[in-house]
Amino acid sequence: MGLISFLKEKFSKKDNGKYNNGLEKSRSAFSKKLNDLGKKYKKVNEDYFSELEEILIEADVGVNLTLQTIDELLTKAKKEKINDYEELNSALIDILFSNYTNDTDLPTEINFDGDLPTVALIVGVNGVGKTTSIAKLANRYKNAGKKVLLVAGDTFRAGATEQLALWGDRLGLDVIVGKENSDPSSVVYDGVYKAVKENYDLVLVDTAGRLQNKNNLMMELEKIKRVIGKLVPNGPQETFLILDATTGQNGVVQAKAFNEVTKITGVVITKMDGTSKGGIILAIKNELNIPVRFIGLGEKMDDLEIFDLEKYLYGLCIGE
Amino acid sequence: MAFDSLTDKLSNIFKRLRGQARITESNIDEMLKEIRIALLEADVNFKVVKNFLENVKQKAIGQDVVGKINPSQLIVKIVHDEIVDLLGGTDCELNVKKSPSTIMLVGLQGTGKTTTAAKLANFLKNKQKKKVLLTACDVYRPAAIDQLGQLAKSIGVDMFTMGTSVSPVEISLKAKQKAIDEDYDVVIIDTAGRLSIDEQLMEELTLIKKAVNPEEVFFLVDSASGQDTYNTANIFNEKVGLTGFIMSKFDGDARGGSALSIRYLTHLPIKFIGVGEKVGDLDIFHPDRMADRILGMGDVVTLVEKAQEQFDEKEAKKTVNKMLNGSFNLDDMLAQMKQVNKLGSLGGILKLIPGMPKITPEQQAYAEKEMRTFEIVINSMTKEERQHPEILKFSRKQRICLGSGKTMQDINKVLKKYEQSKQMMEQMAKMRKNGGGGFPGNFPGGGFPGGGFPGNFPGGFGR
Ligand SMILES: Nc1nc2c(ncn2[C@@H]2O[C@H](COP(=O)(O)OP(=O)(O)OP(=O)(O)O)[C@@H](O)[C@H]2O)c(=O)[nH]1
Ligand SMILES: [Mg+2]
Repeated sequence: MGLISFLKEKFSKKDNGKYNNGLEKSRSAFSKKLNDLGKKYKKVNEDYFSELEEILIEADVGVNLTLQTIDELLTKAKKEKINDYEELNSALIDILFSNYTNDTDLPTEINFDGDLPTVALIVGVNGVGKTTSIAKLANRYKNAGKKVLLVAGDTFRAGATEQLALWGDRLGLDVIVGKENSDPSSVVYDGVYKAVKENYDLVLVDTAGRLQNKNNLMMELEKIKRVIGKLVPNGPQETFLILDATTGQNGVVQAKAFNEVTKITGVVITKMDGTSKGGIILAIKNELNIPVRFIGLGEKMDDLEIFDLEKYLYGLCIGE
Repeated sequence: MAFDSLTDKLSNIFKRLRGQARITESNIDEMLKEIRIALLEADVNFKVVKNFLENVKQKAIGQDVVGKINPSQLIVKIVHDEIVDLLGGTDCELNVKKSPSTIMLVGLQGTGKTTTAAKLANFLKNKQKKKVLLTACDVYRPAAIDQLGQLAKSIGVDMFTMGTSVSPVEISLKAKQKAIDEDYDVVIIDTAGRLSIDEQLMEELTLIKKAVNPEEVFFLVDSASGQDTYNTANIFNEKVGLTGFIMSKFDGDARGGSALSIRYLTHLPIKFIGVGEKVGDLDIFHPDRMADRILGMGDVVTLVEKAQEQFDEKEAKKTVNKMLNGSFNLDDMLAQMKQVNKLGSLGGILKLIPGMPKITPEQQAYAEKEMRTFEIVINSMTKEERQHPEILKFSRKQRICLGSGKTMQDINKVLKKYEQSKQMMEQMAKMRKNGGGGFPGNFPGGGFPGGGFPGNFPGGFGR
């Protein structure tokens, strides 16, 4: 089980104080349980697995993926005659890890290439943290030296434009806003047009929260996407689905629906500073092959981290 | 839908049990396993499911299944009734008799507190003629006060704010004083979203509560929230002390199992559900419908209600009459297509009916596009042509082509659709004459491709 020691080494580099702090609270419940588990059951037995099942399900991993994972772990344990809890835990991470990565390199940072601006469309259901995540992403790439433009594509919700404008102020970035209740795609057009003309590197497009079962609102999103494509042919190059870490099984339905309308290139999982087991991201990756790109760890503009699967699983399963 | 599969799965188990007359300790386990999965998929908390199944088991064991036509439905009914039982009765009574009364809204970030504050204000103002003061105590999220202010203005109630540099405790105190001085009936306090592990902010809630001594403290539950709702609600209840729940985003398609978790945990009432983004979108909580939904049984009542809201009855009746007396023309067809499209855009409600074909966004888009084309084509016709499409010969069609910018093919499509609709209607009229029952609830498949859209609404729907 080289993985655990690899992870431990990676972790001990101490380049991640912030991440640790943020995740500490949320992961401790899970890891404490796993550790208790180990102490309680020295031998591999049914209780270990039924308790593991509880842990995974309570982390919103979902019944299917939980049962599938346990199945694999059981098979592996039998085959390799594992009967020590630490080895078992490490085999568990191994399984989760390789199922997630599927032997491919997964993207995290936004990719910049070509002469045209990179347009990132930010979508999701109501209240998940779209606008705040935009502020965080803007902060990240502004600090990386990019010329960033914000577009207030939520012309519907009361106070939404003001909210993004305030973030723009704080960040010292330009914000394109439309008239109240104007067509969001016209605001987006104006924004992307400006970005192309004035050589911006990154355009972050905010959208109104919408529930995925509202066809007319989903069509509106499709239109926004089309409008972007008119100005930036391969745009939006990124479409991020923002997902609240407390979301239950409907998260997969959300991902599926948004992916059908605007191809999702990644998930940003927010509110991971809370209780956050956030297991639905594993189910989403498993079913739809959409990777997590960033992780939100608070309400301030620098509360954003690159999603690091190793750290995530390590935190989830081992903790300290 | 999950309901179908749950009943199916239970039926299969029963098939294997053929010959066994009773539900027993030994044969029930397999059934419980399926029920367990259904509940977990609906986000009912793990611990709650465990205890819940124990109750179901007690109720089911010993039940006589001999001679029961469908024993699996018997089990589902036991489960269903048990859920309804746990969910409690309908209770939307607000404790606002005293003047002023105070209602406080609390919960995690993004669960819908501000919108719900406005919905409650709207409800109290319009349904109970109360003078309401909305109070902006979210001093953290950028533009939260703007949001509440705009909402307050739109429903015509006052908002109290002291900006963002005063503590929420002080703001709420001043609001209450203002309410006393100026004869407000109800003060609604919108608080900032917070994590239950944030000790400092949880303490702030306790202080606000101490300061204003509210009659009601509602915790907002996002309908799509997962397993952790159980723990979060527990902490909020222990630290702040709640009087009830409001479930938000109920117009989504999440199964909402957390309703069961929080009821199980606290036995506090679920007062309202939020069913949309507008201030009027607040509804009463119905335990039986919630049980259907948790079990994925399709909330048919909600469906019919929603459909009726969207459906212009007068328009529908007019069309029906025209159909029946054979005077259906192109204008009628267009009107009818618009109605059907409106229903289609409700999208989600169709999913509420078990076994209903699903319209994909592509199909919906196609239908909308087709309708736009139809509209343009039909609008380029003269009145006479619209009422008597049979006079449309080549030269007239050519003129319409030029006028509408559409192709000959488009025009022929419109006419073909018209012919089909007309034919279908004539058949229906015949059926009716032959005593085939009331209006068949069978709308000619307006606009939707490949018959994919169910031109077939549940009976009685077109009332
Ligand atoms: N604790 C915590 N709160 C967050 C995080 N991200 C966003 N929030 C909070 O969640 C709430 C909703 O965030 P918004 O950014 O307004 O969400 P949204 O998706 O834009 O909301 P709508 O536009 O109304 O659909 C705010 O109170 C944010 O401060 C996070 O990572 N951690
Ligand atoms: Mg927003």
